[in-house]
Amino acid sequence: MADLVCEDMSMTFTNPQTGDAVEALKDINFTLKKGELLSVLGPSGCGKTTLLNMIAGFINPTAGVATLGGNTINGPGVERGMVFQQGALFEWLPVSKNVDYGLRMKKTPPAESKKLVEKWLDIVGLQGFGDTPTYQLSGGMQQRVALARCLVNDPDVILMDEPLGALDALTREKMQSLVLELWKETGKTILIITHSVEEALLLGERLFVMAPRPGRIHKEYNLPFAERGLNESLRDIKQDSHFAEVREEILTMIWNMEEEIMGRV
Amino acid sequence: MFEFLSDNRASIAAVIILALLAAFVVSLVTGRKRDAATANREVFGDPERTKGGWYWAVCGVSALMLIWFYFSWGVGRAYVPSAANELCQVAKLEEAVSPIKAALPIGSRYYKSTLLVSRNADQLEILRANVPASAFSSDEQTELVSLIDQIGQLIVNSSDPKNLDPALDGQLSALSADLDSLSEKLRAGPGGLQPTEEALAQPKWGTEHTEIPVLPMTPKGMLFDNVSVEAKEVADRFLKIRNHIPANDALIAEIKERIATLQGNSESGGFDEVALAEREAYIKSVERIFKRLDDGTIFPAASLESVNTAVENLDEANGEARGSLRIVEALLLPGPGVVKSRTQCTEQGSARWLPKPTDVVATFMQLANPDLENGGGYRGVTLLWWKWLPVAEVVGFLFPDWIADAWPGEYASHDSDGTISPKFKDKLLAFAQGEVSLGYIPWFEGHIWDSMFRVLMALSLGILLGVPLGLLMGISKFFKSFFDPIIELYRPVPPLAWAPLILTIFGIQDDGKIFLLFMVAFAIMVISARTGAVGTQLSKIRAAHSLGSTDAQILRNVILPNALPEILTGIRIAVGVCWGTLVAAEMLAGTTGVGFIENIARTVSDYELIWVTILIMGLLGLMLDMIMRWVIDKTIPWRGKG
Repeated sequence: MADLVCEDMSMTFTNPQTGDAVEALKDINFTLKKGELLSVLGPSGCGKTTLLNMIAGFINPTAGVATLGGNTINGPGVERGMVFQQGALFEWLPVSKNVDYGLRMKKTPPAESKKLVEKWLDIVGLQGFGDTPTYQLSGGMQQRVALARCLVNDPDVILMDEPLGALDALTREKMQSLVLELWKETGKTILIITHSVEEALLLGERLFVMAPRPGRIHKEYNLPFAERGLNESLRDIKQDSHFAEVREEILTMIWNMEEEIMGRV
Repeated sequence: MFEFLSDNRASIAAVIILALLAAFVVSLVTGRKRDAATANREVFGDPERTKGGWYWAVCGVSALMLIWFYFSWGVGRAYVPSAANELCQVAKLEEAVSPIKAALPIGSRYYKSTLLVSRNADQLEILRANVPASAFSSDEQTELVSLIDQIGQLIVNSSDPKNLDPALDGQLSALSADLDSLSEKLRAGPGGLQPTEEALAQPKWGTEHTEIPVLPMTPKGMLFDNVSVEAKEVADRFLKIRNHIPANDALIAEIKERIATLQGNSESGGFDEVALAEREAYIKSVERIFKRLDDGTIFPAASLESVNTAVENLDEANGEARGSLRIVEALLLPGPGVVKSRTQCTEQGSARWLPKPTDVVATFMQLANPDLENGGGYRGVTLLWWKWLPVAEVVGFLFPDWIADAWPGEYASHDSDGTISPKFKDKLLAFAQGEVSLGYIPWFEGHIWDSMFRVLMALSLGILLGVPLGLLMGISKFFKSFFDPIIELYRPVPPLAWAPLILTIFGIQDDGKIFLLFMVAFAIMVISARTGAVGTQLSKIRAAHSLGSTDAQILRNVILPNALPEILTGIRIAVGVCWGTLVAAEMLAGTTGVGFIENIARTVSDYELIWVTILIMGLLGLMLDMIMRWVIDKTIPWRGKG
């Protein structure tokens, strides 16, 4: 079982000049079973991105350990795919070369990788764009390329760092549907970080609301909306009274945290 | 064909100038019309307004060319080809008369006599006031003052017209009369004068290294030439005339005696060394002024008046005889005109250093001619041509000798019967030394190629070594901190400051120049590659990590392409800087290259050649830059869009 397990993970950043220590994360514990969809929400500075970077292996925790399928995470790896806010595409390569980047690094035979690229471009809705330079694509299309580039490597976990943050509202909604679709079809474990409460509710089978100083998991929800989103229109779900209720609850929670940070309470 | 074009360059220029004028006028009119038509289309300051406008380019280029033609006297030569030759004859007359003029107010504001009187009187006054009391007894001091007054009397006597020798008066009158008769000759015009065969056979203006043909080629020129010969005789006579007046004879004898007495006193008086030196120096300076006044170079002002008038008259006649030539000179030949020096007539003013466009083209064609036997190329090397290059030479260059040395075994030695049977090791050495026949390939040669080759070699080395180091410096603490001080210390030093050192170490052949240029290119490439590497977005590197790349794969597939825009911009800058440095380096030493040509041209003041090299450098630099711009557009279309 390729479960993602975080045990007592803490991260303290120390300013090398002043020696001041900031506790970005403290004692994070959770288990993400294979195929679960987790969204993480919280005010800025609560350590969402730090958490993601630790799971991705870009930084090492100062205490605790994260394991995937029993293997300790120690550095980045192909089994944990990343999707960044701005796509982080390689603009000097056309779409298909971006998508098959991971395959080329693994020295996959060209015929096989060509098939895989076509398959994934088809799934993310970019069939026929293989030779297009990425800088000619719109923001939404660039994120589709980033998704395909990540999925073609067949990772166990997909880590998304505010993947839809830079998109306009309409494109965003389409991309949310796409993420749910991919989740259903591939059965991958997905961890998505977002600053939009609505998005977190829609895309979170499980939802963590994090609190700052020190960064910790403040509250966990188990939500039905992601499952419903597979069959229903996302706009209808947003009209749902239960949805609105949870949304207001979380908004108030985050609002209070922000107030606390500003020192108004 | 080339000969014909070269000989008729003045006529060709005439046609070109008309075409340029037409182009200038037409483009000006077109430009004004078009701009008026589109004036309201965009607001002021909109960059769109700069688009298009070929007609202004035509206008600018033709204006520049016209200015060039005008100030190089190209216009004058095109439409009045005989002007320079005629002006040369006028200059001959000026040269002949100049010794007379120099002694008269017409040439130098004052009579030469006036200047002599004033200078000598001043010096006598100073001597009179500064008799050294320590070196002379009081009697002697009185004697000296009276002696100085007596010498002053010489000036007074020479200046008085009443003392003038009647014979001298006659000489001066004859001289004036001769000058007047020359004026008459000039006013009478050329009449039936005809140029000689020899004169007509001279090469045309500007077609040979001697700019202006010296012998007169027109009747008007003949007139001036003839008059100048006679004027020279008159001038020679004038220079020999001296004003020795009888009234001074007794005075001169007495002064000589008094000076001798004073000198005798010095010798027998038993003075100490200091006093003796002071006495001798003082007496010597008195004697010097006396000798200057003794040789009869001071004339009464009134006696020279007639000569001055005659020269004025000659100048007037000169002007009248020149006639239309005066207008040509004033309008078409800007500057101080033609000057005759000892053996040749030369153009003065802007035409001296600004060769005519057609002459520049002709010089370029001559340089570009690959036929070395018939005066093509420069110093036995073509400008840009090709040759058969033995492949073995290239292989020998790339394949170092030490590989043969390192091969196991010994080189062959001669056998007892005097024969040598080469082993494989010997054959390898011959191969490394380029002594094997491997056929030939066509290859470039010539001054331009030599310059280009140096730049390209240095640039390639700079890129091959600089880019990897720059990338490593962008991502590694060790490389950054280790190499940064070295590069930053040598980089700001102007390349030419290194030149003497490097030429000493590597010699004046290609090695030294290539190394000098390599230093320039290397620093630029390191810095640009480093800037490019540092500018890589962290998220791209993280994405590459997550996609399973090794460190080397990231360097090759992410950091390098990401730095490519900076690297290419660096190459473009390096090309320009190398080109500039190369020309300067070639001016220091070497026997080929564009800079070498300019250096030789500079030492012999060959302005046509200097301009040709300047134009070659400019055009080649422009070409290299355009190639780089094209490469940049083709290879990094994503620049600024990531």
